[in-house]
Amino acid sequence: MKITVCIGSSCHLKGSREVVEELQQLIAENDLKDKIDLCGTFCMGNCVNGVNVTIGEEIFSLKPETTKNFFDTQVLKRI
Amino acid sequence: MRKFDTKVQDLKYKVLREVARHAFEDRLAESFIDIPDEIVVGNKPTMRCCVYKEKAIVAERIKLAMGGDKNNPNVIEVIDIACEECPMGGYAVSDACRGCIAHRCEEVCKRGAIYFDHTQKAHIDKDKCVECGQCAKVCPYTAIVNIKRPCENACKVKAISMNENWAVSIQNEKCTACGACVYQCPFGAIMDKSFIVDVVELIRKSNHNHNYKLYAVVAPSVSSQFSNAQLGQVIRGIKELGFFHVVEAALGADMVAMTEAKELSEKGFLTSSCCPAFVDYIRKEFPDMAKHISENLSPMATIAKYIKETTPNAKVVFIGPCTAKKMEFQREEVRPFIDSVITFEELQALFDSRDIDLSVLEEDVLDNASYYGRIFARSGGLSDAVREALKEQGLEDFDFNPISCDGIEACRLALRKASRGNLPNNFIEGMACVGGCIGGAGCVTHEERNKSEVDKYGQEALEKTIQDAISVLK
Repeated sequence: MKITVCIGSSCHLKGSREVVEELQQLIAENDLKDKIDLCGTFCMGNCVNGVNVTIGEEIFSLKPETTKNFFDTQVLKRI
Repeated sequence: MRKFDTKVQDLKYKVLREVARHAFEDRLAESFIDIPDEIVVGNKPTMRCCVYKEKAIVAERIKLAMGGDKNNPNVIEVIDIACEECPMGGYAVSDACRGCIAHRCEEVCKRGAIYFDHTQKAHIDKDKCVECGQCAKVCPYTAIVNIKRPCENACKVKAISMNENWAVSIQNEKCTACGACVYQCPFGAIMDKSFIVDVVELIRKSNHNHNYKLYAVVAPSVSSQFSNAQLGQVIRGIKELGFFHVVEAALGADMVAMTEAKELSEKGFLTSSCCPAFVDYIRKEFPDMAKHISENLSPMATIAKYIKETTPNAKVVFIGPCTAKKMEFQREEVRPFIDSVITFEELQALFDSRDIDLSVLEEDVLDNASYYGRIFARSGGLSDAVREALKEQGLEDFDFNPISCDGIEACRLALRKASRGNLPNNFIEGMACVGGCIGGAGCVTHEERNKSEVDKYGQEALEKTIQDAISVLK
């Protein structure tokens, strides 16, 4: 599964680093490094709703503090 | 409002602007021939002997704005008819000579080239003179001057000579494309080739970023360049031109700082690889030192590589202060990542060709890099970043002893010492332009405040450490 986090300027200022770090930690904790490919991209053209994160083609709007919930409800169920 | 340092830059800009305008309107091929009449108006000459010569020179500038001579691999070209064939007599005695009794000039001249007329005023016998300049140094009246062409004076790699018609000529095998002569020639007779038409095509063919995503990678020196607008408005302006997104080359600098620090700690001695003119200078003048050039791609190429690897269907244009980048992006190892290069001068021309008034635009944001990546734009910044990167990677035990060289003369001195084995330093930060990138020939302005602007921009970075800035890239 490929999770892409927007690291464009707007999302970066809204906390994409924290989102990436939290996802990295959660992936490690859940031993999912082999199953999840986490990567970054510069801008998804949806700056107003950042931090933008996609799973495949589906786009989600995250904040650092909602990342855990996103992982639990969206990522884990797709594994 | 004044945009440029000199009227030569302004003239060059007008040509670039009109070429871009015609290209955006898809009528360049049919109507470029009309541009000289649009720029040189009326029948009174303001720059040259007559308006016909002025128009002829503008026509030559148009050729360069449209890519220049395809058979000349160099991006720095001479406009022969624009060269005023300035005098270049070397050392000469001026009217300031008082015909003194001391005759220090005569005493110091080992060649016996100084002689005196019946009024005791000094003269130089050019058959004997070797242009050492000692006489000029000792004259208490500083009456002996060195008459050099500004281009020749600007070119510290000595790539400038004159052809059989006394016009300037550039030796490509020595030229590093730093652009110093372009900026210094008071008649604008030397110009950097422009890829502005290619960039307009990239914008148009992207079809509003549907066919591919067009990224602008901007150099950190941008922070000092557009004094009539906020940086956020410049970023908005770049997007208004049709770019999909703007990314800081400084994030590439953060990435480079990390790998360069590690490489240095392993190899024990390195010269930096960020400045393409410095790298080219080593290859041409100190080939034995080339093995010490850092293996890193430049920050520009490093971040562009990342963009292309993570975003399918991306194209990247680098926007910076540098004419040598126009050579670098054509290198085999960089070409896959960078599609074109323009300067800040050319960016200003693009804005105005679309009548984009930066000062009324809403501010956009630009934030990818750390403080350290951003200060690469000025001399000393790269060394500071490598020191920080050593620390952040737990390599503080490495005895880091850098020397920051800005300007080719400082670079030459350090490289010469290093090649003889008597340079005490273990890292040469080399920047071909005085002051670093903020002194680049493609800058709109070259002012004292530019350095502090870069430092201020560095301090505004959200990420304070290099590690934090690059942590999103994994």
